[in-house]
Amino acid sequence: MVDIKDLKKISEYEWEIPQTFRADMRVPVRIFASRQIIEAVMQDRSLEQAVNSATLPGLVGHVVVMPDMHQGYGFPIGGVAATQYPSGVISPGGIGYDINCGVRLLSSQMPLTQIESHLDELATALNYHCPSGVGTKGHIRVKIPELDQVCRQGSGWALRKGLATQTDINRTEEQGCLSGADPSKVSKRAKERGKAQIGSLGAGNHFIEVDLIEKVYDERAANVMGLRTGNVAVQIHCGSRGFGHQICSDYVRELQGAVRRYGIELPDRELVCAPLDSPEGESYLAAMRCAANYAFVNRQVLAHYARKAFEQTLAGKVSNWHLQQVYDIAHNMGKIETHEIQGKPVKLCVHRKGATRAFGPGFMGLPAEYRPIGQPVLVPGSMGTASWVLVGTELSMQKSFGSSCHGAGRLMSRSKAKKQIWGEDLHKQLTESGIHIRAGSMPGFAEEAPQAYKDVDEVVNAVTGAGIAKKVARLKPVVVIKG
Amino acid sequence: MVMYPLVYNRIEMSDQSTGFREHEHTADWELEIWAPNYPLLLEQAALAMNALAGIRLGSGPRTARKFSITFNDLEQALVSFLEELLFIADMENLAFDEFDIKVSSDKIAVEAFGTEILAISKEIKAVTYHNLAVLSTRDGLSVRIVFDI
Repeated sequence: MVDIKDLKKISEYEWEIPQTFRADMRVPVRIFASRQIIEAVMQDRSLEQAVNSATLPGLVGHVVVMPDMHQGYGFPIGGVAATQYPSGVISPGGIGYDINCGVRLLSSQMPLTQIESHLDELATALNYHCPSGVGTKGHIRVKIPELDQVCRQGSGWALRKGLATQTDINRTEEQGCLSGADPSKVSKRAKERGKAQIGSLGAGNHFIEVDLIEKVYDERAANVMGLRTGNVAVQIHCGSRGFGHQICSDYVRELQGAVRRYGIELPDRELVCAPLDSPEGESYLAAMRCAANYAFVNRQVLAHYARKAFEQTLAGKVSNWHLQQVYDIAHNMGKIETHEIQGKPVKLCVHRKGATRAFGPGFMGLPAEYRPIGQPVLVPGSMGTASWVLVGTELSMQKSFGSSCHGAGRLMSRSKAKKQIWGEDLHKQLTESGIHIRAGSMPGFAEEAPQAYKDVDEVVNAVTGAGIAKKVARLKPVVVIKG
Repeated sequence: MVMYPLVYNRIEMSDQSTGFREHEHTADWELEIWAPNYPLLLEQAALAMNALAGIRLGSGPRTARKFSITFNDLEQALVSFLEELLFIADMENLAFDEFDIKVSSDKIAVEAFGTEILAISKEIKAVTYHNLAVLSTRDGLSVRIVFDI
């Protein structure tokens, strides 16, 4: 177990577990958090999991842990681990089962005051157009050859089908398509599961929200993103559904043998991995990219149907009901990126599990309008509290492999939340506070209660205090759709 | 219709020799399962997963499904067995509450009996290998499984 006494304080928001903490660590663990957050996370095993992650072969620099960290399986949620490419390893557990789970933010020119009386109708329309819940099928069904195109083309497939605009594509991480996706590396089972789920939200912590832009902290960046105080915005949080879950399960099973073949010793079987240049590692990377592209398409299709819901509810009632894409980012992903290590550019495989890419100003992969301000970082909160829009900084490139936090991060176990909070009571309480809610399951709704999460403002203060992100705007929910 | 018990809002079902109960886990669900032998451990794990997902079985005609799993170790077999059930639930909306399981040195033959799923309240994304170890106990076997929710 890690004790707070084992941590070396570097600054108010930076801590380190040195490599000497445990003999099998290959690199130290760097934690971005306030003392208060560190003390809170000592209740679970997230830091122990970070130490376990620091044993992977080929790691570079340090394993990074964000302030929204919490216990996961294998890697902690909120973890970033970079391995040398191609001699290091790739670990499916370091990316997670919901490959390319992520968030999309859409802006509008509508003040909340203009649509306040239509919010309930809008919630119903969003709930209708954007299917959510366990095992829900999407609006779009495809056959396997077309699913293979989704895998290869990502959001470009949606553009060709009339489900996206060019701006949507430009304002998506990697333009909504990771190259190197190879559907032949995806099992038939994964494809069977994926055929009917494009355009579905799923369940758990996934959601669609209509938010009020409560406060702008960086006028310049907010203007570029089209975010104005008092207007409404929309967030979509979901991933690659059963398609991604099956791909990860398939490869976690497959790589159980690979670690034996390559003589890799691990403290936890969920950390299984394979060298990036091995047949197993290459196959997983190619399959993982298929799931990543599928997830980009999934959020794109949901955005298309969210727009339909806005049109159905508001066309003819307000002058401009259109939704413009601000950005779409992944927070469960493995990417080959070039980072500067000891003054030299080095190609790395950056695993982000519950962590968001947060590239600073000047990165050429960003749309031209975002290059001067840095990459938008979307930090959804829990459904009754705030969400944040941040931007990446030059320091994030130096300190955290261009990464930042991805949300508030759980604090309370699901079972405790369910015991302490009644879904019906929570629904009533949030409704009375002015939030229009559509939720599939009341016990599931209770598990996602705001009390079960850390204070998102504290999380954001930690990453901005450490300098790895910068505040742009704070959002407050007015409509919540949960599976 | 079969509905799995929620004891004081906890997922729990046991007699002395077989059963399951939940343990605290921040983000996901961790269940401890115990049984006198491995086939019964698999069966308990399936029932525990049904309970975790909040599955209610319909009262329609019972259906049987046969499948087999080749394996290297007991943990891998357990994960593969549960993954098979998750896949069938997702694709065919079927869940099972009775099992005939035969284990040989490297293969498990399963015949599962159940019905269509009437209701389900929680999406289980995956069965993980996190700290997974089938342990011998005085009364048989036990294991803790973390499910990704």
